[in-house]
Amino acid sequence: MTAVFLETPKRLVDVEIDGRTVRVPEGATLLEACRSAGIDTPTLCYLENLTPVNVCRVCVVEVEGSRTLVPSCSRAAETGMKVHTDSERVRTSRKMVLEFLSSSADLSLASADVQRWIAEYGADPSRYGDPEPPHAAGARDATRPGEHEAATDGAEAATVHQPVKYDNDSYVRDYSRCILCYKCVEACGEDAQNTFAIALAGRGFDARISTEFDVTLPDSACVYCGNCIGVCPTDALMPASEYHMRQEGTWDESQQTVTSTVCPYCGVGCNVDLHVQDNTIVKVTSPLESEVTHGHLCVKGRFGYEFVQNRPDEQ
Amino acid sequence: MFGAGGGTSSYREAEEADLLVLWGSNAREAHPIFFHHVLKGLKNGARMYAVDPRRTSSAQWADTWLGIHVGSDICLANAIGNEIINAGLVNEEFIKRATENFEAYRTAVAPYTLERAERETGVPRDVIRQLAHDYARADRAQICWTLGITEHHNAADNVLALINLSLLTGHVGRYGSGLVPLRGQNNVQGGGDMGAIPNKLTGFQDVETDMAARARFEAAYDMKLPPKKGLHLSQMFEAMEEGELTTAYIIGENPMRSEADTARTRKNLENLEHLVVQDIFLTDTAKAADVVLPGTAAWCEAEGTVTNSERRVQRTRKALEPPGQARDDIEIIAELAKRLGTDWAGADGKQPSAEDLWNELRTLSPMHTGMSYAALEEKGGIQWPCPEDGHPGTLFLHARLWETDPAKRGNPAPFVPVEQEDPLDELSPEFPLRLTTGRRLESYNTGAQTGGYTTPLRHKETINLSPEDATRLGVLEDEVVRIASRRGEVTAPVHIDRVMREGLAFMTLHFPEEVETNILTLDTWDPKSGTSEFKATAIQVSKIETVS
Repeated sequence: MTAVFLETPKRLVDVEIDGRTVRVPEGATLLEACRSAGIDTPTLCYLENLTPVNVCRVCVVEVEGSRTLVPSCSRAAETGMKVHTDSERVRTSRKMVLEFLSSSADLSLASADVQRWIAEYGADPSRYGDPEPPHAAGARDATRPGEHEAATDGAEAATVHQPVKYDNDSYVRDYSRCILCYKCVEACGEDAQNTFAIALAGRGFDARISTEFDVTLPDSACVYCGNCIGVCPTDALMPASEYHMRQEGTWDESQQTVTSTVCPYCGVGCNVDLHVQDNTIVKVTSPLESEVTHGHLCVKGRFGYEFVQNRPDEQ
Repeated sequence: MFGAGGGTSSYREAEEADLLVLWGSNAREAHPIFFHHVLKGLKNGARMYAVDPRRTSSAQWADTWLGIHVGSDICLANAIGNEIINAGLVNEEFIKRATENFEAYRTAVAPYTLERAERETGVPRDVIRQLAHDYARADRAQICWTLGITEHHNAADNVLALINLSLLTGHVGRYGSGLVPLRGQNNVQGGGDMGAIPNKLTGFQDVETDMAARARFEAAYDMKLPPKKGLHLSQMFEAMEEGELTTAYIIGENPMRSEADTARTRKNLENLEHLVVQDIFLTDTAKAADVVLPGTAAWCEAEGTVTNSERRVQRTRKALEPPGQARDDIEIIAELAKRLGTDWAGADGKQPSAEDLWNELRTLSPMHTGMSYAALEEKGGIQWPCPEDGHPGTLFLHARLWETDPAKRGNPAPFVPVEQEDPLDELSPEFPLRLTTGRRLESYNTGAQTGGYTTPLRHKETINLSPEDATRLGVLEDEVVRIASRRGEVTAPVHIDRVMREGLAFMTLHFPEEVETNILTLDTWDPKSGTSEFKATAIQVSKIETVS
């Protein structure tokens, strides 16, 4: 009864990052090496509980001997690697990624880190002109591969702005904020839920996240686990509760507490973080580091909390 | 299992197993986040068998689905055991060193041939043979089960039949191999840990046979404890019927809806001399009570701990102020104790906090001793047993069975031969369909909690029938039909469901306001576990003649 299971011991590798030697376990990525050395490295499409898909390219670093910049989130550290994270090439590349994304999508609700990176790398989306007017509802979804028509003459910045998709009680999809980081597709698919309700549709600038044939969520395979919300870096996906409060102007994170507890339903015992404002649960998340959930929940855990606040006498 | 009632394995072991057998478990819907770990295992190359009368959304992920007749699980398990023995695939070394009573088991399962099993379970013999061989040959194999095993009149025997298979092959006590009962509620395991079992004190210490443990409790409480086990839920209802149990104090349970045979349950509760219900809702049970004590939602309005299906004790915390006059359950119980003449208040005059009670528990339950609130906080929960401070907790149970030193190995794990027993509610020409009950992804038990939120996933209650039976009965999708059992009848709309086999019907108990499914079910219960046979009711389905 007292046997203790030990992990297989890992070899350590030394890499040189910005002139310093950094020692990490074999298999660790350059991003992990950078973070362990305290080097701030921007990421958008990377998350600890997902498999890296290397689409945003904001975490790139320069590895000596490599023709192209490499995405640090997926490149494993190898003995003897010489890595530069702050070279002109790296800085320019990161700046352009942040600049293009923030000119085409609304990043105003992205994390404080993202706002800081935009400032630090000097990304200036305004130099592409004012944003073009929002697309009509469904217009971007109707585009066909190979038939892209630039909507502007170049004086305005092309955007993905469009009306919010609000077709169910659980969550909204505000694709004006979508940077196509692919995390929601991964969480809905192989990395967690394996429901495959959403995927990438279209090509080039018309590419967008879509249900099959752009059906509404209630008509799709969606099971409302909300794991897509949990991984979204720009709040393009948002619980309906949060969306309503933001519309009303009552959403105030400075007035919110976050309490870690355990889901009241089945015996799996998922860790839930309750975001509470005015003694009301306004959002439920799960910590990425939880060994039980790895940050993912089911529909009951994420949305099934109303029973503690349906208080007839207070309504 | 072998003394302590808990799953042997951790969720993460499912990710690294070679073979997973989901037996009477629709984890995809009932335990979705456990199923995430299963899916990782499948992605890593594990094979999966699903044993279930329905081809559930879990079974759809399996390499092979065994569409078993309801209640023929022991026949199937014994046939698998017999085939493993006959094929020479038993783990002889493990059986010799770590088990006892193997010969009796061998003799008992010998009559369970593949031919017989095919006849009685409805599963083709080649498929049973393949499962037997794959399970025995796998390096790491787990059997995971839920209520499909335990909601039968012979629930404990069903579990023993599965345990026997793990002993036969040595699939227990090793990383990746094990027996995984998935619990239905966030603290079913914790309730057991705390001693909410008729014959156990806290920490699975036997009230009748473990003298040392009882002495420890008596010393701590400075009083004699009756060395006699109590009643389990089904026995309590029987005692109510016989007039021996006249007063009940029910906390956080809604038997009026959740017990089988609703009419009988209602009569028993209403005949009580005094009924006290402590709940966060005015449930149907509470409506029948003499006194209702508004409690708090333990997961978000109070402090405490819960234990999950991998024996992980985790902290629950207060995030909300409870409404109105609702009070912390600890406070209610302490106030009640005070009225009864026992004041638990400390020197400061305050009632004990959740942490005070937890620390008291740690002095009495050796498996929890190392779990201070600080340690639980730091480690994000600890899996019992955790016998001393600094102990990391236990990833999987029964590693001792693999020790080469007999002293460390301890008592051998016994084979307990069990025999097939068919469901008590027999099929007959009058009641020819087998109704089984279960859960849906978005709803939960009697719907008291999930009724509070809306979701596009929710559909009204239906009786799910196979296309074959629907055709035979001449009923259409959404047509409301009469469903009768030997105890009562209800009406519900039909859903023609391709996951159903001919002769099988399915309903949930999520929507008692719409359809009181438990009017149909039989409350015969397992004498060992006290669980009712919700999974096997004989019914007839008939068209409702329309008046034109």
